[in-house]
Amino acid sequence: MTRHKEGDRRDTALNDAELQRCLTATWSTPAGLWGALSTVDHKIIGRRYITTAFVFLALGGVLSLLMRLQLAQPEARFIGPDRYNQIFTMHGTNMMFLFAVPVMQAMAIYLVPLMVGTRNIAFPRLNAFSYWMYLAGGLLLWVAFALDVGPDVGWFAYVPLSGPQYAAGKRADIWAQMITFTEVSALAVAVEIVVTVFKQRAPGMSLDRIPLFVWSMLVTSFLIILAMPAIMIASTALILDRLVGTHFFNPAEGGDVLLWQHLFWFFGHPEVYIIFLPAVGMVSTIVATFTRRPVFGYLGMVMALIATGILAFGLWVHHMFVAGLPRLGESFFTASSMAIAVPAGLQIFCWLATMWAGRPIFKTPFLFVIGFMVIFVIGGMTGVMVASVPFDTQVHDTYFVVAHFHYVLVGGAVFPLLGAIYYWFPKFTGRMMSETLGRWTFGLMFTGFNLTFFPMHILGLQGMPRRIYTYQPEMPWSGLNMFISLSAIILALGFLMFFVDAIRSARSGSAAPANPWGALTLEWATSSPPPAYNFMHLPVVSSLEPLADDPDILPVASGLRIDRRELLITSVVQAVPEARESSPGDSIWPLWAAAATSVTLIWSIFTPWAVVWGSIPVAIALIGWFWPKGVVEEDA
Amino acid sequence: MPNEISGAPPESYFALGKPYETDAYNLSQGKRLYSWFGCGSCHGDDGRGGVGPSFLDGWWLYGPEMVSIVASIRDGRPHGMPAFRDRMPIEQIWQLAGYVQAIGSYRPKVAAPSRNDDNQSRPAENRGPAKILFDPGPVGVHPDQGPSP
Amino acid sequence: MRIVRNGLLAVALAVSGCSGNQSAMDPDGGPAIHIAHLIIGIVAVCGVAWVLVMVMLAAALLRGRGRTGREITNERSLMRAVIAAVAVTVVIVAALTVSSFFTTRGIGVPEPAAMTITVRGQQWWWQVMYADSGPNASFETANEIHIPVGRDVRLELQSADVIHSFWVPSLAGKQDLVPGRSNILLLRAEKPGIYRGQCAEFCGLQHGHMAVLVIAEAPADYERWAAGQRQTALLPSNPEALAGQAVFLGKPCAACHTIRGTSAHGKTGPDLTHIGSRLTLAAGLVETTRGSLAAWIADPQTVKPGNNMPTVALTGVELQQISTYMEGLK
Repeated sequence: MTRHKEGDRRDTALNDAELQRCLTATWSTPAGLWGALSTVDHKIIGRRYITTAFVFLALGGVLSLLMRLQLAQPEARFIGPDRYNQIFTMHGTNMMFLFAVPVMQAMAIYLVPLMVGTRNIAFPRLNAFSYWMYLAGGLLLWVAFALDVGPDVGWFAYVPLSGPQYAAGKRADIWAQMITFTEVSALAVAVEIVVTVFKQRAPGMSLDRIPLFVWSMLVTSFLIILAMPAIMIASTALILDRLVGTHFFNPAEGGDVLLWQHLFWFFGHPEVYIIFLPAVGMVSTIVATFTRRPVFGYLGMVMALIATGILAFGLWVHHMFVAGLPRLGESFFTASSMAIAVPAGLQIFCWLATMWAGRPIFKTPFLFVIGFMVIFVIGGMTGVMVASVPFDTQVHDTYFVVAHFHYVLVGGAVFPLLGAIYYWFPKFTGRMMSETLGRWTFGLMFTGFNLTFFPMHILGLQGMPRRIYTYQPEMPWSGLNMFISLSAIILALGFLMFFVDAIRSARSGSAAPANPWGALTLEWATSSPPPAYNFMHLPVVSSLEPLADDPDILPVASGLRIDRRELLITSVVQAVPEARESSPGDSIWPLWAAAATSVTLIWSIFTPWAVVWGSIPVAIALIGWFWPKGVVEEDA
Repeated sequence: MPNEISGAPPESYFALGKPYETDAYNLSQGKRLYSWFGCGSCHGDDGRGGVGPSFLDGWWLYGPEMVSIVASIRDGRPHGMPAFRDRMPIEQIWQLAGYVQAIGSYRPKVAAPSRNDDNQSRPAENRGPAKILFDPGPVGVHPDQGPSP
Repeated sequence: MRIVRNGLLAVALAVSGCSGNQSAMDPDGGPAIHIAHLIIGIVAVCGVAWVLVMVMLAAALLRGRGRTGREITNERSLMRAVIAAVAVTVVIVAALTVSSFFTTRGIGVPEPAAMTITVRGQQWWWQVMYADSGPNASFETANEIHIPVGRDVRLELQSADVIHSFWVPSLAGKQDLVPGRSNILLLRAEKPGIYRGQCAEFCGLQHGHMAVLVIAEAPADYERWAAGQRQTALLPSNPEALAGQAVFLGKPCAACHTIRGTSAHGKTGPDLTHIGSRLTLAAGLVETTRGSLAAWIADPQTVKPGNNMPTVALTGVELQQISTYMEGLK
């Protein structure tokens, strides 16, 4: 793979055609299987990530339909308790760890480098590694489920139910180790995004000119970096308790079962914002484009993002209001949980102000944003309700909470995400999605969602707990449950239509121009889909809306080498160019490293010695990864 | 057993891959039965013996085979081992026997119950307590068992 | 008197469809009434706030609908409106926090001197232990808690295995039963009645079938019931039941269950001394009748898959005898 060294070729003295040829030669991924396995192009990996996450979404959706089938009637014998517990555990685990977080990060992997005007994400090989780890973790979970060893302890895996005494077999170990996979990949991506945003922004893109989606992903990435270690510690302690015989959660030997809940929710609550904040960024982007004006109160929006990110770490105890903690502590967490409604409210009001002052254009992405506003505000209101300790003692672990977090997560994250897919689909694929099908999809999903989840509030207040595999005929719940199950079909049809539209459009949708929506952020300054090198010349930014004037006269920077992968490093605050930095080329080693790590992690479910012996192939893979290969990118 | 021949496992047992020895659910059920039926009052809560013989010292008075452990539980043995024939269904006897065999094994099994959430007096079952505690010295037969089994 | 009481209970059962009353919005206990008021208040405030936001959304969307050029909007007045809306949010949120705090204060905590009942969660039933005044006064029952109306009752919540959560919505909010800890819950019924509750924290296979009945009755009725429960089981007079007792003591049953007054002292399963007087079987799963007893004993794993009661081989005659005996344990 040694590339001939041609001296120091720059992009200054070439005409466009010549430059394009050189850049393509330097940056493109070779065709074929080997190229696919070794690519480090953030766009290819991002697309892969998004596709995989949507496959998991579809699988998780099928599980939810199975649950609705079982719950449609009292004392149904369609699914037994053992399988049902696996199904609801899989649904929660899959949606949180394999769909929601990865898909948001995947959107960022694809979009952030484009939106900040650089040629690849920071640490591209780590990026490839993170995808393979994510894929392996997902396969571990789903293969285990297919073999009837899927976890059955809930996505929260409370000890002692998930501990050594009450969870026989390997089910809980598989859950805990799947966490390790997804954590590794999420942390890797978070670090890449922070570095990309801080050091690889286009010249002139000072902090106050960063698009709101990029801001939201920056805050999200910090949340991931700060929150994920808590769950990694918790799941590792669980595995140690189960396999090695430690006593972190054993009260008889000085452990504490509530320690698990603290660690889990110290991660678990920020997790909600890890999923929601990217959606805030997507909504802001879509609102700005479809109201034809910048989002009102940019500074307020950024401050609200940061405030949400900080507050997110101060309210985990509201998941433990009925665990028997001291009253005073609970009052503090009521106040902090209520307080987070303030930044959320500020964001809502800013979007409303934007719509008020703008010219709304009702295209599908904007419809999803309107749906988001309607649904998410309900979710926010019920969030305020469950923040109150006495209120929560009646609705905690009931269908009220199920309704609440589906309003927040589906309304607050999935609706914006689908809007974002409709919005950026032309950029991803070079083709438009169907506007007609899009409207149908939105209509079915909005109707289906509300009919499915709103009655759950009532069921919860009527006393129906969560996570029950059936209920007795004398309880007054069967009518509403049947109604919910039937409504779920409408929602499922909406998703089905979305998948049909996406697959059909990716194959044969009408070709998309570079900037079909007339949007003003940098990703629309390049072709759809973007070339391997993203931008022929790196853009120079002088405002929040770099494309507000004619995109053809976007100022550009030059002077980068074109005979090797090179990008521009800029300063954190002002984005003043600081250095040219090489960006690593394709490599197969991230795949080998991920394979070695996966084998070690899965093997360690069966014996702790796997960590010792498994470290050998991991070490070999890492040595191969970093071994000098004599390519131009390694020149200082 | 329909033919009243004590302890003979049904043929389906082998076809299913000896579930009472290799299935974590059955083994953990056996562990619960061990405490529920008070086995610990004679054999020690941790299986190290007391009035009755230890399961961890490397000696199996009637051999380590499942069939003979089942027979011991089901029909009782001389010198104080009561018969549980009338006190627990045969399936539970098999589960309990699987657990007893697992804790006495010298080799840690992948499918073994792990530690309990209470005070620990020996390594957990999945770490092969018998291997760690095994004393090759002349332990001999427990006094209560008479001169020879 | 017992007949009258049982008759009343039967009527109550018929009215409430055996389920008793299990709804946070149908409160009959002090704490639950406080919380229901809070729920109505918060839902009303939040509902109004939601409607206002939706009106603003609709107005914003309709306003710009037909607009063509970019109009000059007064950014300053827009900013004022946003700040005002945020200020209103702060006020509402603060008010809700304070009202929530005062509701907690209003519910209060049980006096240490109040009548105490220990409830131990087990996979998947409730062990209920009364240990009031005096020697020989303690007794144990399962899945059914009798309390006197109008008195504070202090529930001491413990767990024998995993985390459960005690929740009888018509009487009080829920509280977890955590292994290694003891949590306290105040229970108080203002009206006689049968209040159903069920485990609210996922606890394994039969989490869905772990119900508990709280039966609130007039203090005199309660005392009569407690006196009955303190007694040991009577030797059955009818020969079939007597044969049933022999079957019970000779078969594996006695290894797990206790019947006070007999040689059965097992501790793994529920105390059966007065099982015939309990309204339901298997943690609220079925009504206690001779038929349901027989069905449960004959094949517990079909009725409640995964529970810890094994299938004991019994002949048809034995089954009939043992269920007659059980039914007679009033």
